[in-house]
Amino acid sequence: MRRSQFSADRRGWPFYALGAVFAAYVVFLYGPMVCIYLLSFQGPQGGLSFPMRGASLHWFEQLIQQGDTGDLMGALSRSIPLALIVMVLTVVISLAGGLAFRNRFPGSGVLFYLVIASLVAPGYVLSIGIGLMFQLLGWETSWYTSALGAQLSWTLPFGLLIMFAIFGRFNRSYEEAARDLGASQLQTMVLVVIPILLPGMIAVALFGFTLSYDEFARTLQTTGSTNTVPIEIWSMTQNVTSPSIYALGTLTTALSFLVIGVSLGAIALIQRRRLGSVTGRS
Amino acid sequence: MKAASRRSGASWLSPARVKSFALVTPLALVLLMFVVAPLAVVMAVSVFRYDNFEVIPAFTFENYASVLSSHLTLSLYLTMLKLAAMTWVCTLLIGYSVAAFLVFHVRNRLVAIGLFLVCTVPFWTSNVIRMISWLPLLGKQGVINQALMAVGVIHEPLQMLLFSDFSVVISYVHLFTIFMIVPIFNAMSRIDPSLFEAAHDAGAARWQTLLWVVLPLTKSGIVLGSIFVVTLVMGDFYVVKVMSGGTDASVVSAMYDDISTLLFPHAAASAAVLMLILTIMVAAILRLVDVRQELVSSR
Repeated sequence: MRRSQFSADRRGWPFYALGAVFAAYVVFLYGPMVCIYLLSFQGPQGGLSFPMRGASLHWFEQLIQQGDTGDLMGALSRSIPLALIVMVLTVVISLAGGLAFRNRFPGSGVLFYLVIASLVAPGYVLSIGIGLMFQLLGWETSWYTSALGAQLSWTLPFGLLIMFAIFGRFNRSYEEAARDLGASQLQTMVLVVIPILLPGMIAVALFGFTLSYDEFARTLQTTGSTNTVPIEIWSMTQNVTSPSIYALGTLTTALSFLVIGVSLGAIALIQRRRLGSVTGRS
Repeated sequence: MKAASRRSGASWLSPARVKSFALVTPLALVLLMFVVAPLAVVMAVSVFRYDNFEVIPAFTFENYASVLSSHLTLSLYLTMLKLAAMTWVCTLLIGYSVAAFLVFHVRNRLVAIGLFLVCTVPFWTSNVIRMISWLPLLGKQGVINQALMAVGVIHEPLQMLLFSDFSVVISYVHLFTIFMIVPIFNAMSRIDPSLFEAAHDAGAARWQTLLWVVLPLTKSGIVLGSIFVVTLVMGDFYVVKVMSGGTDASVVSAMYDDISTLLFPHAAASAAVLMLILTIMVAAILRLVDVRQELVSSR
């Protein structure tokens, strides 16, 4: 139980002041998003702002019939597989990187700062660079080559930082115990280390999928002639002035929420089982 | 001596190291191919002539001269620095308060984790959508103007809400505060609560504990969060463009305009200048704290 003068038994004014800031922040965070979800369900006469004019699925129909958009279904058919590939690669590469960074090795410092540079470098600058590089090499840019690499440069730093945090709390004696009991390296990895790290790996997967699915600047110059969903949304902001853009927002956010819900649910389930097995045995 | 040096020579390629190298190879390859090489290409194109998708190795500073001599560049950077400063102050104040509330004031750990996730979920959804979700609120017929007029505070809709610095900074704060919350939250969680008792016993008032105990111990979090927020704003592409109503450009959206008109060398030189300025800014901030120690160290 955490006790401090900041959280004395009697709640002081800082609790209420900070609580008010927190509540205001949550409203600020979700309020606008809720507005566009509501506005996307307007009737056919609906406009870009309140009051709502009727309620219908009209703007979703518009969206799917491609009355207003270029190629939404095509964009989805690229964005989702791309996000899945990025997710798998991010988990595997971050896990390997996290394992390697447990020990210092020559070049580990340089590599670490490279990871940070990849995180803070302006996305569009990398996008230009990758686009130019592919041009100079005579390679064609496409969502599954250049855009895939561009997105990994964004998701891997997050994956690694999460892995660092997880390994910071990882108890190596489990590994040693497994080895003492005669497990091979592979067995130790598959049967001991990975199960322990699983919740963290799901978190990395969540970041990998969602950051890829919503990535814009790094993808813009690297996806070639075909669009991903965020670029489709971007081009809609330039020329669509009907609530169908809100409908697209609602749709893509619903997909994100689904992924977030599944990931967090899986993590919660694993943690609860663990808690159950620990208390059950003791 | 000899034995020692031989031992260190042998351990240079010890099995453990070979394993580390093997494990880190995919990461290194991705970063080399999609971060280092592209930045090198940008640098090369910025000093060479570039025609018909071909770099002509004729060294020239023309691109830099045109970037650096233009008044537009200076005004772009001044605008972006102003926006970054305003965003930094807002995200720091909000982020610090939110993190302090979650770490020090929410007593139940599960509730704290739940509330932390509430702050994080929007980060996993589309930034472009989150940005445009301000349009129905801030517009001339927007929710805020309607509400203010209904209450009678104003009689004419406020024009400055949308397509102004105000709406740009609001969007930045909306998108980027999470980058301040997470590192500060981390730093605060690591503070040993007994320090508060010690400060209290030593007669420190609340503000003194905040100033001399909490603030120094959360410096690393503030530094990391500041790096993220400042670089994100300086590298912003679409917020300035959309939320200023298309009148203003950011450093990066100006590059986009160059690329659209096939002025690749000019865009590359501009990118190189931006990278240099960001590197200087980050290096200056990094002097304050050893980030690697903070992020990798196992404790």
